[in-house]
Amino acid sequence: MVDLATAAHVTAAASTGVTGSLGAVAYGLAAIGPGVGIGLIFGHAIEAMARQPEASGRITQYMWIGFSLAEALALIGLIVPFIFGK
Amino acid sequence: MIGSVSAVAASSSGCHIFSGCGFPSPSLESFDFKPIFSIGPFHFTKPILIVIICMVLVIAFFWAAFAKPKLVPRGMQNLGELGLLAVRDQIARPSLGKRGDTYLPFLCSLFFFIYFCNLMEIIPFFQFPPMSRSGFPWALVLVVYLTYLYLGFKNQGAWGYIRNMIPSDVPAFVLVILIPIELLRYFIIQPFTLGVRLFANMFAGHLLLLIFTLATWYLASASIGLLFAATSAIMVLAVFLLELLVQLLQAFIFTTLAATYIADSLEAGH
Repeated sequence: MVDLATAAHVTAAASTGVTGSLGAVAYGLAAIGPGVGIGLIFGHAIEAMARQPEASGRITQYMWIGFSLAEALALIGLIVPFIFGK
Repeated sequence: MIGSVSAVAASSSGCHIFSGCGFPSPSLESFDFKPIFSIGPFHFTKPILIVIICMVLVIAFFWAAFAKPKLVPRGMQNLGELGLLAVRDQIARPSLGKRGDTYLPFLCSLFFFIYFCNLMEIIPFFQFPPMSRSGFPWALVLVVYLTYLYLGFKNQGAWGYIRNMIPSDVPAFVLVILIPIELLRYFIIQPFTLGVRLFANMFAGHLLLLIFTLATWYLASASIGLLFAATSAIMVLAVFLLELLVQLLQAFIFTTLAATYIADSLEAGH
């Protein structure tokens, strides 16, 4: 059985702060928006292609353009820690 | 052999997993190269060599295809026509229409130069995308930026170009925020995101390949380490296939957006 007093004491002694890379947290936050955006783009593109299969070529072209515009924001979030870090 | 600074250092230390040392993770130093030779302050490094080779390849490819063109294409001219017509029908015509044929040499050179440069990321012995050194995308963006600004001022007049950036049928209270946003977009945000998109995609792709390749080497020790290393090698293959897609896509997107910005300059965007 776990001794709760000993466990609490160990936890209190060990946690004097959190260390690590804030840049990794920055990228995680930066990827939320583009994740939603890219999901919307591809979801709507698939729905449009299901409604009108003969327009698939043009829909695919706009889908790739929209995807790259949304992904640019996530990738800017990836490289900003390298620019401003250390 | 030409190599990046930190990869050479990592491989010579012989430090695998389970021997007490940490993972030699790739960083910004993996993108720095020792110069092959230097003339004063100018250092000739591997990215410069790759860019010059790509330029020569693009020129040689189109020269061989179209030096003596025949009505019925033979040999290299088939391939050249395939590439040129692909750029014309997928990139120039959808954004610009028939008048886009004037800008076809520019767009075709742009597309093939960027695509060959991106392909250098996965070709053995080179294995570095020069577009991940941010100076090279910025140089291309400068050319596109000056082109569409010049065409805008020439075709619509100095005041007409600025006035056509703002749509005409919006209420006055929206104009307060719309004018700064549209001016910022045309002059600052468009070229900035155009360059950063290409740079960041190539940088992230090369970084991913480096991480998984170094991990395969780092994990390859003792018995269970080989299983980890095999999994990492499968990830290298997955990232390699992703990079094949991203390279073509980034070249296509850069050229398509350049054509769209030129189209916006030729006549009022709204």
